[in-house]
Formats: sequence, C-alpha cells, structure tokens
Amino acid sequence: MAETQSAAPDDQLTLQPLLVAENLGKTYGRLVACRDISFALYAGEVLAVVGESGSGKTTLLQLLSAQMTPTSGRVSYRMRDGVLRDLASLGEAERRFLFRTDWGYVRQDPAQGLRMAVSAGANVGERLMAVGWNHYGRIRQTASSWLERVEIDTARIDDAPRTYSGGMRQRLQIARNLVTEPRLVFMDEPTGGLDVSVQARLLDLMRNLVSELGLAAVVVTHDLAVARLLSHRVMVMKGGRVIETGLTDQVLDDPHEPYTQLLVSSILPP
Amino acid sequence: MSAPAYNFAYLDEQTKRMIRRAILKAIAIPGYQVPFASREMPMPYGWGTGGVQVTASILGPDDVLKVIDQGSDDTTNAISIRKFFAKTAGVATTTSTTEATVIQTRHRIPEAPLHAGQVLVYQVPNPEPLRYLEPRETETRRMHALAEYGLMHVKLYEDIARFGHIATSYAYPVKVSGRYVMDPSPTPKFDNPKMDDCPALQLFGAGREKRIYAIPPHSSVVSLDFEDHPFTRYRFDAPCALCGAEDAYLDEIVTDDKGGRMFVCSDTDYCEGRQAAGHRGSQGAAPHKEIAHG
Repeated sequence: MAETQSAAPDDQLTLQPLLVAENLGKTYGRLVACRDISFALYAGEVLAVVGESGSGKTTLLQLLSAQMTPTSGRVSYRMRDGVLRDLASLGEAERRFLFRTDWGYVRQDPAQGLRMAVSAGANVGERLMAVGWNHYGRIRQTASSWLERVEIDTARIDDAPRTYSGGMRQRLQIARNLVTEPRLVFMDEPTGGLDVSVQARLLDLMRNLVSELGLAAVVVTHDLAVARLLSHRVMVMKGGRVIETGLTDQVLDDPHEPYTQLLVSSILPP
Repeated sequence: MSAPAYNFAYLDEQTKRMIRRAILKAIAIPGYQVPFASREMPMPYGWGTGGVQVTASILGPDDVLKVIDQGSDDTTNAISIRKFFAKTAGVATTTSTTEATVIQTRHRIPEAPLHAGQVLVYQVPNPEPLRYLEPRETETRRMHALAEYGLMHVKLYEDIARFGHIATSYAYPVKVSGRYVMDPSPTPKFDNPKMDDCPALQLFGAGREKRIYAIPPHSSVVSLDFEDHPFTRYRFDAPCALCGAEDAYLDEIVTDDKGGRMFVCSDTDYCEGRQAAGHRGSQGAAPHKEIAHG
C-alpha cells in the first residue's frame, strides 16, 4: 500500500487541499480555547502554528487530529481514495486506523508517544503489526532501516527507549510515526525540552524527511526558529484566534500585527 | 450430603441466574470477556473464585465433578474445591477425566481427550491478554471492540528480540473464532492446540477481575505467531518417569537434596491410568502419591 501511495504524486492531489478546517471553535465551559479558525493544508506543505502558551495551539492540534470534537465548525481530510471527508462523520475504527496509518502524531514528551518499556524495534514495528505485518524478519528489517534514517545506532534496536537520551527518544518517536509512510504529521512542540545542538540536528533531520517523503505537517511551536526552518506557512495565534497568517518569511520578517511584532522582537540574540 | 444451611452449590439462585446469563452471553460471543457481578466466595482471590462461581452456576444434581490443579487431582486446592461442592451440592466427584461431566481446572487441560457434553471450567487470574502492554481498561476494551490486536504481536516481537524465540510459555494469546484475542488463563502453551476444535464447552471465570468468557464446542482457536516464527508446542527430552508417556506435559519433581530429579506427568489421572494399563517409565515402581506436591 505504501508503494502505490508514493507512486502517485499526481498534480490533482496537490491542487486539492489535504486537510480543511472550517470555522473551528472549542470552548471549555465559559473558557474559549479556539474560535473561528479556518485554513486549508495542501499535500507536502508544512504549516507552523505559533503563539504563546495558552493561545490554543495544542487544542487546535487536537481538534485537527480528531482527538477532540470541536464545539463548532468542522475538519475535513482527503482520504487516500481522493474523497474529502468530514472527520466527525468517520466511525471510530476508521478514525483510529487513519491515526495509525495515514497520520503521525509527534508529541512534545516522547514518553507519551512511545512505549517506554518495549524495545526500540518493537516501538517502530508496532504500527506495521497493527496493519497486519506478520513476518518478524521483515518487521525488524524495516525498523532497523528507519532507525538508520533517524540516525539511531542500529545496535541499540533491542534497547528500551527509557535507556535513550532525550534527543534519541524524539528521533525514535519520529521513526515510529513515519514507518507507515503517513501523508500528514502533527507535531506538538517537537523540539521542546531539547538542548540547542540536539534541536539543530533534529530540525535538520525533520526538514530532510519532510521534503524526502513529501509530508504535509502541522507543527505547533512557540519557537520561531523552528517555524522558520521547517515551515512554508505560519499561523500566529493569540487568545484562541488566528491573528495573522502568511508565508513564513513574510510573517517573520514583516509582521503586521502588533502581537506578532512583539513575538518576533522577543527572540534573544545569541 | 447437602448441608442444609446452604442453597444447592452454595450460591443463591438469583446469583446463579446472573452468572448463567453472563455465561450464555460469553458463549454467544466466543472469546469476548463478559463482565459479571462476581461474588465474595469463602476462599481468597487467586484460589479459583471465578472458576468456583462458574461451576456453582452450571452444576446440576446429576453432574460428576472433577477438579484439577496443575493437572493434579490431589493437591490442596483441588481437594478443597472438590470437597466444597461435595458438601454444598452433594454431587458425585471423580478423578477420572472421561467420567466427569464438569471439570474445573487451574493451569492445565487434561491429557485424555475431552468429549461432547463435558464442560471445562478454567480459573483465570488475569483475563485481559493486552493488559501488560496497555494498562487502561477503557483502551483495551476499545481495542477488543475494534479488533486492534497489533499490540499482541508487539509482545511476541519483544520475546523474539530478547530470547531469539517466542519465549511466552503460558497464558499464550489465542484468537477465538477468528475474532477475539483471548488469554487462555495460565495454561502452558503445550495445551493450546487442545483448545482448538474441542468437542467440550470451555468456560473461563475470573473472580477478582469479574469477567467470564467462553469457547463454544468446535470453535477455532489459533495461537498467535509470526510467519517466520510459527507457534510451537514445546517438547520434553525424556518420557514420564512413571508411565513412560511421551506426549504428555511433564512436571519436574525434586527427589532429594543431591540434585536428584524426575520428570512425571502433571496429569495424575492420565498417569495412573497408563500405569494401570501396564505402561512403565524408568522409575515406574515409585508410588505416585508421594510425588504429588502441594
């Protein structure tokens, strides 16, 4: 299934949006987490969502990935058969299948995205086994080639991720998500909690993988450098609203909104 | 003799009806864990409270009961439960696998083939096969509902990665009737093939975890495995020291403090039957009763 997918990079798909959000809103009682968010994401496009803590970034990501149901509005996704479908209309089985195969979700804390007590190989192989792979040798081989791609020493394939460093865990989490060759990856602060040199390597790796695999991605981050390195487009959020959106260099180099100007000017020079 | 202070087979009729309903549901959905209102029994959890409740609900006055613990009819647990039902239900008891109509078991399936009309009741400590990898009950239920069983293979993968082969030797996960993955209770995987297409009804009761599940007669029961690491039933190097059986599950018995040991059938009824029929192993003269352990 993976081969047929990557062999069909037809222009039609890239002209039609992969993920569409329409007037998305989420309230927790009287608290408004997100309101009136609309955008379209195209195949191979990386969208960064930036903003300060509490601006609704993570809520938005959970709405987009159908982990949370929106209070208003809707999210649609173009399935592999080319049909755009409302996520709310999918059955739970379909939604979970999508989440395991066509999507990836990279969490800020790799301990939440990984099975810390089982080996790295099994962590990467889990999605394959979930879609019915039943040959140990092939699962292991695929896992090992993915460890190589994310620059983890393959000699450590049988070690549990709790023996890994923070950067290795995050790279392992990425490998675990990409092994089924998803078309869309959600990332929630993928570089949070890592030191700068490890961050740089991880960003470099992610940039490579995203362009190699033609992934579409929604990256939530408060780090504007991450947005600049990875994304094509940026959405700036404040108080649950999108206040500014545009091409990455345009937004970061020529911010229009006062808040975005503040955000950009808050970066400390090294 | 039935003790007058108790209802037939200890449990009150209302409770038995409740358990029977759970059993019927379990039979209707092979391998599915049916929650039930497990009662407090006059024995501690872990001693077979689930199995005892199932047995109590299906037992009739005409039934012949056999109870085994690790294959043996004469260990403390087996004897206590047998006596319990002899006292509270007044049913006939036996140690013979073929004569029994209801067999309650812990950890083994008898060696003698079961026949139609028999019921095998398992005592189950942990009914959830996915539990050690997924601690959340809400999540494991959803995984069963959606037949998401990739995680079960993660466990087997771990075994091969660590030990070079599937090292799970008991509670080996099986798929029942092509749908639900089930934990066959801590029976050795040696017994797994006996569950497939078995003419007897198999009922599983977990008292502490409050679950009942079942394998109806002649259901398909397939042990999970990988294409390149197929399920294997382990074999023993030597035959039973008492009866010479080569196809039976053996227990290791330490005979002295100088490293002496012998391997004998864990199924005492099977072993005694073979000895009575004239089969002898290397130490065939040793009296069987002495090697039984509690």
